[in-house]
Amino acid sequence: MKIVCRCEDITEEDIINAIEEYGCTTLAELKQLLRLGMGHCQGRTCLILAAKILARKTGKSLEEILPSFRPPAVSVEIGLIGGENGE
Amino acid sequence: MESKADVVIVGAGINGCALAYELARRGKKVVVVEKNYIAYGATGRCGAGIRQQWATKENALLAKRSVEIFEGLSDELGYDIGLRQGGYLIAIHDEEGMRQAKKNVEMQKSIGLPVRIISQEEIKEIAPILNPEGMEAIAATFCPTDGHANPFKTTYAYAMAAEKLGAKIYKFTEVKDIKVKNGRVEKVVTSKGEIETKYVVNSAGAWSKKIAKMVGIEMPNKPIRKEALVTEPFKRIFDCMVISFKHGIYFSQQDEGQILGGIPSPEEKIGYYTQPTFSFLKHMAYMLGKYAPPLKHVSILRQWTGFYDVTPDALPILGETSIEGFIQCNGFSGHGFMIAPMTARLLAQLICGEKLEMPIDRLSMERFKGEITEERAVVG
Repeated sequence: MKIVCRCEDITEEDIINAIEEYGCTTLAELKQLLRLGMGHCQGRTCLILAAKILARKTGKSLEEILPSFRPPAVSVEIGLIGGENGE
Repeated sequence: MESKADVVIVGAGINGCALAYELARRGKKVVVVEKNYIAYGATGRCGAGIRQQWATKENALLAKRSVEIFEGLSDELGYDIGLRQGGYLIAIHDEEGMRQAKKNVEMQKSIGLPVRIISQEEIKEIAPILNPEGMEAIAATFCPTDGHANPFKTTYAYAMAAEKLGAKIYKFTEVKDIKVKNGRVEKVVTSKGEIETKYVVNSAGAWSKKIAKMVGIEMPNKPIRKEALVTEPFKRIFDCMVISFKHGIYFSQQDEGQILGGIPSPEEKIGYYTQPTFSFLKHMAYMLGKYAPPLKHVSILRQWTGFYDVTPDALPILGETSIEGFIQCNGFSGHGFMIAPMTARLLAQLICGEKLEMPIDRLSMERFKGEITEERAVVG
């Protein structure tokens, strides 16, 4: 079992089921059905993971799937993003 | 895409999906056309409340019969809609409010609602977090069978049940035009093809006006932008929805434990502007602190906007029009979710030529030609 959304306890299986059984093709629909990204972190962890699953299952590109939010939503150190060796 | 249908429903909100189910159940071939996804509009952005305490008999009856349907809906549709009946507590602020409340309660009791006027002490008994002084409430009305359901789950439940009965729902499909021949609807032109049909139902919410224009009908509806917010979830501390007609506020604790609520934005204006405002957030947070002081310690997670599809008297527009086969199902003015089950049933009865369980003639657009009785019990 792979947890995708920690706040709302949603697994990869739940997401695949929502795509296959209920015909979800957007993050908005996954949110409505599963509460994906509606918890305390507001999707900071799960949205990109769910978007990748959606891309894989629907053949859409990540650009089409991801919402137009502007990360980062919380302040984060440049060093942390840049890494040690530019990786 | 289907090229023929008995009924094409424009808009997959709660009313479009509920009607699709009621029609499919009666053996009609139904196609739902939705520009975005299911519950994209007002349904998916609403406060989730189910209230029977209305000032006009039309709304109160629609709501009461809808609650009776809501109560059995999870079983009927085979999907849990998250119904919880914790009651609606409506603040009364002054003598004028008390006069109106007494009038409303009398009418509501006459149709069999278990509603009553409660004191400041009883307000605190029903919801100990409430502060009647901060609410500026001298009393309240309370109806224990009011409550809320999950709007997403309810709409999906109807949509899936309709599909099981043969209805087709086309998401991300836009209605481009509706062709009329000899005063009767003939076909719907969509971005994915044309559908010949006997009936077209306009349940496009805030976009209904545009759809009606396609058959030459001018509607008085206005899209009014509304904002709502939700907090982090926590242990259940109260069960009822709290509202005030004077302040326009509504809030409740949802199933998962979060507080969901709204209030008219100080920057409210007519149009399709969708950006959430800081002024709403500030105003709502201030009022929540006054109504329920412990909530000051709870964090806000998210805010969003949506539209009320508002008519001149805040009552829905339902039924037949001057174009044969063109049926209205819109103008819900902020309470489309809570009256959807009965509305859908009545429109299905109308389309199928059955006897209607209650008359809806007074809700047709014809009423705007005469004097109107405005529904004043509106919040948000």
